[in-house]
Formats: sequence, structure tokens, C-alpha cells
Amino acid sequence: MNHTSVKVQHLTKKFGNFTAVDNISLEVKGGEIFGFLGANGAGKTTTIRMLCGLLRPTSGEAWVNGYSINENSEEIKKNIGYMSQKFSLYNDLTVEENITFYGGIYGLNSSSLKQRREWILEKLNLNDQRRTLTREIPLGWKQRLALGCAILHQPPIIFLDEPTSGVDPISRREFWELINELAQQGTTIFVTTHYMDEAEYCNRLSIMHQGEIITIDSPRTLKKEYDKATIEDVFISLVGKWGIGYKGIREIRNME
Amino acid sequence: MMNTRFSAIFRKEFRHIFRDPRSLMIAILMPILMIFIYGHAIKFDIKNITLGINDQNRTRASRELIDKFAKSSYFIIAAYPENRQEIENLFQQREIKAAIVIPYDYSEKIKNEFRTKIQVLIDGSDSNTATVIMNYISIIMANVSEELNFQCVRSPIAAESRVWYNPNLESANFIIPGLVAIILMMICALMTSITIAREKETGTLEQILVSPIRPIEIIFGKVLPYVIIAFLDGASIVLAAKILFDIPIAGSLIQLTLLSIFYLYASLSIGVFISTRVKTQQVAMMGALVATILPSLLLSGFIFPIRSMPWLLRIISNVVPAKYYLDIIRGVILKGIGFSYLWHNTLFLFILGTLFLLISVTRFKTKLD
Repeated sequence: MNHTSVKVQHLTKKFGNFTAVDNISLEVKGGEIFGFLGANGAGKTTTIRMLCGLLRPTSGEAWVNGYSINENSEEIKKNIGYMSQKFSLYNDLTVEENITFYGGIYGLNSSSLKQRREWILEKLNLNDQRRTLTREIPLGWKQRLALGCAILHQPPIIFLDEPTSGVDPISRREFWELINELAQQGTTIFVTTHYMDEAEYCNRLSIMHQGEIITIDSPRTLKKEYDKATIEDVFISLVGKWGIGYKGIREIRNME
Repeated sequence: MMNTRFSAIFRKEFRHIFRDPRSLMIAILMPILMIFIYGHAIKFDIKNITLGINDQNRTRASRELIDKFAKSSYFIIAAYPENRQEIENLFQQREIKAAIVIPYDYSEKIKNEFRTKIQVLIDGSDSNTATVIMNYISIIMANVSEELNFQCVRSPIAAESRVWYNPNLESANFIIPGLVAIILMMICALMTSITIAREKETGTLEQILVSPIRPIEIIFGKVLPYVIIAFLDGASIVLAAKILFDIPIAGSLIQLTLLSIFYLYASLSIGVFISTRVKTQQVAMMGALVATILPSLLLSGFIFPIRSMPWLLRIISNVVPAKYYLDIIRGVILKGIGFSYLWHNTLFLFILGTLFLLISVTRFKTKLD
């Protein structure tokens, strides 16, 4: 938990006149679960995409596992796992075929692929569904499968973009147990969410609003600092103060 | 080349194809259906031409002449107009395509002067048809003259023409191979044009782009499975052409198949190229149709000879794969020639296909914006 896993300095992304990410800086240590909290459109996904090498930043710099996102984004791709907001496995492939495919594009050779595939299927409790078409399994399982595909190549850092949206509470709990286990083994987890209860699982939390990071700390320190019982209250008081207005808060409540 | 990332894409693409039997059936059956429909619709042989006859002579000689037209399978005598005005009305109502006026002194002039004239009027609003009709009429007139022994109109040197490779000048023998070329190109480009666009739409491309995979592995991994499907298409459409239209195949089918692979490769590459440039499957399909059908139809020499085109179009025609393939397929089917005559066309197709693939690879964006 000592080395720096992700370092972001003055990162900015503009789409035309719209500033999606506005001059953010942060640092994540190895093995940390780092949470990104914010309403839709706060800039969470844009930040993650820049860190994964999917988007070029307008200005600023970031290093992922020591590689610069401006100069070495292809090298970064070997060192990260990524789960996008939208479910992006192939519905017309079976569970097993999806795993084989993602193992393949990460260049795993057949023996290590086989070993990892069995391990993942075991871990995710998907052994009975291995020959089921992915479109036929429930959403909670799909998300677990997507996580499984993202960690096949044992990356030191995983980016998860709203991995549990739309998933039932039990599946979410199981999902987070897996994330905890990975973090304990030293994997850095960079996760965005708008579930306030999930925010409590993070080691540290950054609250994003309109492209800016308005606060970063551990959930406990945040609650203490703002004198609130839950992260939800912290979030609402902070974002309210920053002028999101009534409509925004209702939106955030609806998302839960 | 056969690395794990490439083969992962290759195998996955295969599964997509065979797990969707409906699309697969469309990919195989549509070409056969199209060759059937278009093959029957596009014909340059003109039969049953409606003819109007104004016989002012009304003698045995004139009736014999009319009989020649009536007996020919090309003409149907649709009306016997009485005068100029009636002929014009018939043309305008599109009751007749051509009219013949036999003058009142027809039989007399034959008897006394050994030469006479009849007037032929043809609807020129469709100039191609008009030319064909004119030819038919001249042939019939030549026959009649010969029967009447008009030796004087014969020129001292007679050209005895014989047409090679398609002796009956059946237009089907000429058109069907061209149709095969166009349909194959269209299907191939359509199939590959949606592959990358589809992954952009479903979001799976994003998941692939965060992996260390290289564009060349994605592009080649996606094209190769379709070469096999396209090959099935090619084989079935040639077979359908032979069975449905009774096209005689003079050359070797094996050579034709082997040479066709290069054409399919070029067509698939164009589809992939389109796929990398657009965001949605719909745009990809439209793009594929426009980019394949029009050039293949107009600039390949299928209907319009390239040599008579303006220089700009002649230059553009050099990047139209169908131009090279038409030489190949017509050459093998009608002339029975093979690789030794057609290798440079094949080479060109290979170069074109590779060029499109390489452009796709270099222009393939590994970023989202």
C-alpha cells in the first residue's frame, strides 16, 4: 500500500466549449479502493476513459502504473482491467466463450488462459452456466462475468465504471466482496458509483461535481469533517452548497 | 500473424456468423435470389416489338413483305394505321415502337426499276432499343431483297461476319457474369461494413480498445472469416447462374473460383474500410451500397464501355474492383481463358484489397474521440 498506482495532475478534458473534467489532481496508492462519487455528467466516466487511454486529455498529465497517459497509453493497456458503464460482453457468445475471447485479446497463451478461465468460473460461481449464452443470464451475473473478464490477465489496476448500476442488492454485495478480495491481494481498484452505500466500502472517496473534485478523503473523515451520519448526507450537503439546486438533488435521489 | 489476439478475434467473428443462422441464410440465399430477379429483368435482347404498318400498295408483293415481319419472332404487328396522323397517334399512345410505310408504287417499282424504298419510322425516345429495332428491320429487308434477287444492291465485297465466344449474341451470356460481379461485391461489402460499426454501437469496441490489441489484428481477424462466407456466396451464385440461365462455362471452374477469391478479398476490404469510418450500422450499410453498386454498375464496363468515358472517369475506373473482375469472369466463362491471361487483373485485385485494408489499419482509431 505504499507505491503510487495512479497519479493525476491538473487533468482537463474539454468537448468543444463544454469542460467535462476541470483541472483535477489526485493520487491513488497500490491496493487501495478509490471511489469516484458524483451525479451523472459530473465527469467520472471521462476521467476513467482518459486514464485507460481511451480519450486524449486536453491538458494535464496522469501516470497509471508509472506510464504517462499522454506518451505511453498503449503500455498502460497491458496493465489495467476495465469495465465500462455499458455492459460490453457479447450476448451471442456463451459465458465461457466470452472469457476465452477476452483472455485471447490480452494475449494469454492457451495453458494460462485455461487455468485462469477455470479459476474465474469457480470464483464467480458460473460453472453451471459456462455453456449458457450470455444474453440468457441475469444482469447481476453478467456484471460479475464482466468483472471476471476484466481481471483475467491479472492487471495491477482495475477501472470500474459504475459496475453495479441496475444490479440487485445481493448481487451488489457479492460483487463488492470480490472487489475487496482483489484489493487485499494488492490490486488497485478505481471505481465510480452513485450508490451511497457502496461509497462507504471505499478506502478513499472523491466527490466530483461539474468536472471538478470538490473533496477527497476517507469516508470516515468526510463524515466527521462535515458532521453527518452518512456519506449520502455529506454528498447532498456538499453538492447542494456547490449550487446543484433542487432538481439536481432529486436526480441524485432518483438514481438510488 | 497467427498470434493469440488475432485468433481470438477470428474465432469470435466466426461464432457471431454461425450463431445467427438467419443472417447466414440471407448472406447465402440473397445473392441467388438477386441473380434470379435481375437476370430476368435486365435483358438487351428485344422481342415482341410492336409494329404499325401502313400499306398503301395493297398488292401481293406488299403482303409478302408484311408477312416477313409477322412471322419473325421479334415483331408483333399491332396496328394498320391508315395515314400519317394515325401513325403519330399510335406512337404517342405507345401502341407501337416502330412503323413501316409501304408506298403506293411499291410493287410497280420492284417490277420495273428493280429498286424501291419503304419508309421506316422508329420511336427514338429509347435510343438503345431504337438501334436494335433498326438492325432487326435491316436484316429482314436484306433477306427480302435477296429473295427478290436484287443483285444490284449487293456490294462486290461481302463481309461474312461470324461472332466468336457468344455466337448467338445472347445478352444473358454477357450480362449474367457482370451481375455476378456486382452482387458479390455488394454482399461482401455489406457483410463486413457492419462488423466494426456494430461493435461501436453495442459498446464492445470500447472494451476491445482498452486491451493491448493492435488495429491490424482487429482488421485482419475480422476480414478472414468473411472470406470463407464470401467464397460460399461466390460458388453458389456461379452455380445458380449456370443452372438458371444456362450459361455455358467455357473455362475451368476451379480457375474461376481461385481467381474470384481475390475479388472477394477486395470487396470485403472495402466493407471494412467503410466500417472503420462510420459510427452506426445503418450508415455503414448505406455507405456500402453506394460505394459498391454505383461504381460497379457504371464504371466497370458492365454496361458502358470504359474507353468511351471522359478521362476523369477512366482514371477513377481503375480503382473499381469490378472492372478487373469482369475481365476475369467474362474471360473464363465466355472465352475459356485462364490465369496466364488474367494474372495481372488478379494482381490488381490483390493490391486493391490490401490497400484498402492497410488504409483501414492506419486510420483505425484506438481512441474514442
